[in-house]
Amino acid sequence: MAGGRNSLTERVLDTPEDDLERDLHTEHHVLNMGPSHPATHGTVKFLIELDGETIVALDIQVGYLHRGFEKECESGTWYQAIPYTDRLNYNSAILANIGYCMAVEKLLEVDVPERCLWLRVLACELSRVGDHLTRCGAACLELAAMTPFLYGIEARELVWDLQELLCGARVTSNYIRIGGVKHGLPADFAVACRESIAKVRALLDDFEAVVTSNRIFVDRLKGTGMLSKEDCIRYAVTGPLLRAVGEPLDLRKDQPYLVYDEIDFDVPIGEVGDNYDRYLVCMEEVQQSLRIVEQCLDKLEKLGPGPVNSEDPRVRWPAKGRVFNQMEELIQQFKSVTEGPRVPEGEGYLAIESANGELGFYLVSDGSAVPYKVRCRPPSLINLAPMPLMLKGALLADLIPTFDFINMVGGECDR
Amino acid sequence: MEDHGSAALRSLLEVLPDTVLETHARLGDATACVDPTRILTVLRHLRDEPGLEFDMLMDLCAVDFLGSEPRFEVVYHLYSLAHKHRVRIKARVPEAAPEIDSAVSLYPGANWMEREVFDLYGVRFTDHPDLRRLLLYEEFEGHPLRKDYAKEKRQPLVGPGN
Repeated sequence: MAGGRNSLTERVLDTPEDDLERDLHTEHHVLNMGPSHPATHGTVKFLIELDGETIVALDIQVGYLHRGFEKECESGTWYQAIPYTDRLNYNSAILANIGYCMAVEKLLEVDVPERCLWLRVLACELSRVGDHLTRCGAACLELAAMTPFLYGIEARELVWDLQELLCGARVTSNYIRIGGVKHGLPADFAVACRESIAKVRALLDDFEAVVTSNRIFVDRLKGTGMLSKEDCIRYAVTGPLLRAVGEPLDLRKDQPYLVYDEIDFDVPIGEVGDNYDRYLVCMEEVQQSLRIVEQCLDKLEKLGPGPVNSEDPRVRWPAKGRVFNQMEELIQQFKSVTEGPRVPEGEGYLAIESANGELGFYLVSDGSAVPYKVRCRPPSLINLAPMPLMLKGALLADLIPTFDFINMVGGECDR
Repeated sequence: MEDHGSAALRSLLEVLPDTVLETHARLGDATACVDPTRILTVLRHLRDEPGLEFDMLMDLCAVDFLGSEPRFEVVYHLYSLAHKHRVRIKARVPEAAPEIDSAVSLYPGANWMEREVFDLYGVRFTDHPDLRRLLLYEEFEGHPLRKDYAKEKRQPLVGPGN
């Protein structure tokens, strides 16, 4: 280079002092991300206003998976809504089954046998394990770490195999009935379940070994996506997101349903409520859920075989042997299948602790065999609403882990 | 009117008796039907009164009672973290002017829930900062959860011919 100075250096040295301090003229850039984006598992559109790489404003557009859940429920029988609830949060279908059926049972004032309560807790916790593994596994994948995702999904497959053994389907379970469950534990379930739990624990160890103190993972998660405790409460955020800020709200402890008050388990909480705390809370909840599953297996073994459905004739389907041989039972079977229960006029709200937080069902009945209103309080949607607050001033890259740990599930969010 | 053993209903009946139209606690859910024009007064009282402190608006939805007047019922489910208790507040708005004050100033979480109710039922929330449809698209015609919206109804932008 002639003269030993390159031209850029020369230009900079020749620029007057004022010009160097004057900002370049820049404009905010609006980025359209989604509705189908490889780094988000969920059909959602983000309109992101960016200043360089910093998020200035964020508008979230949901509804791409809206399929009229409530409208459909209002045109079938109370039973026919159950398969629709499978398709709310399809990572943990049984939780929604249970929430809905318990809400109908509340309106009918039907009690279920003890064995059924334990079976439901078992099914709930298996679902929760599957849901949390999907969330943590997919978060790794979207942060470009394929290996832990495979550990997580392998463990989830073990859980879903158990679910298949229990109810015949891996994902859309349709296992819970109004007043009971489809059937009790299959003969070989307890052995298979204990074996799988041991394998899941080993996979979780592998998962944690690769991820929990991995420098890249920690850097991407620590201090990102934070939401203060006050804002969580103001936005009615529940589930692992709320527990990550140190607020131990868990309906299993605070308003115990089924038999959670007889079970020994802990509710993990975080400290600051960033994505890393959310990750730690979810991983610990998986361990606690496995503990609960083991206690359910012990208890069910002690209870032995027996009825798993309510004897209330409004919800009990007669045994097939009697249906084929007795006229009254045949008529009852016919009425149960074509019409199902007539639910007394009234309203009721029932909430359970799903993997994402408070999953509530507000049902209104006009006394007929068709629901008048089936409102599902979707934790996915309500937890997603304050996302712009979590990301104000954050880098664009922080959007990915934050969205992952909100765990928005389109089926439930958009209904 | 009775308080049915609920602290929230007792306090409402004592402090704001003229706002409460009806109470019940069937199936264990403490419920108050209130005057829709006073909804913010009621919610503010429930949120701020020591001993009640309903700090979370867990759910907000609507029910369409087609054929009775007032037609639409807006339903609020509140929860208190400190006291672990719940209350349901309901307010009826007429078909001719389905409007009620927005609760966003008290509970920011009401924002999306009110947008959903507006989207699906056409109930308008006065002073809502951003009352757009939430789940459906802008060009959607009508409000599908209304009882007089046929389930099979087609929309101009979807279906054959488009």
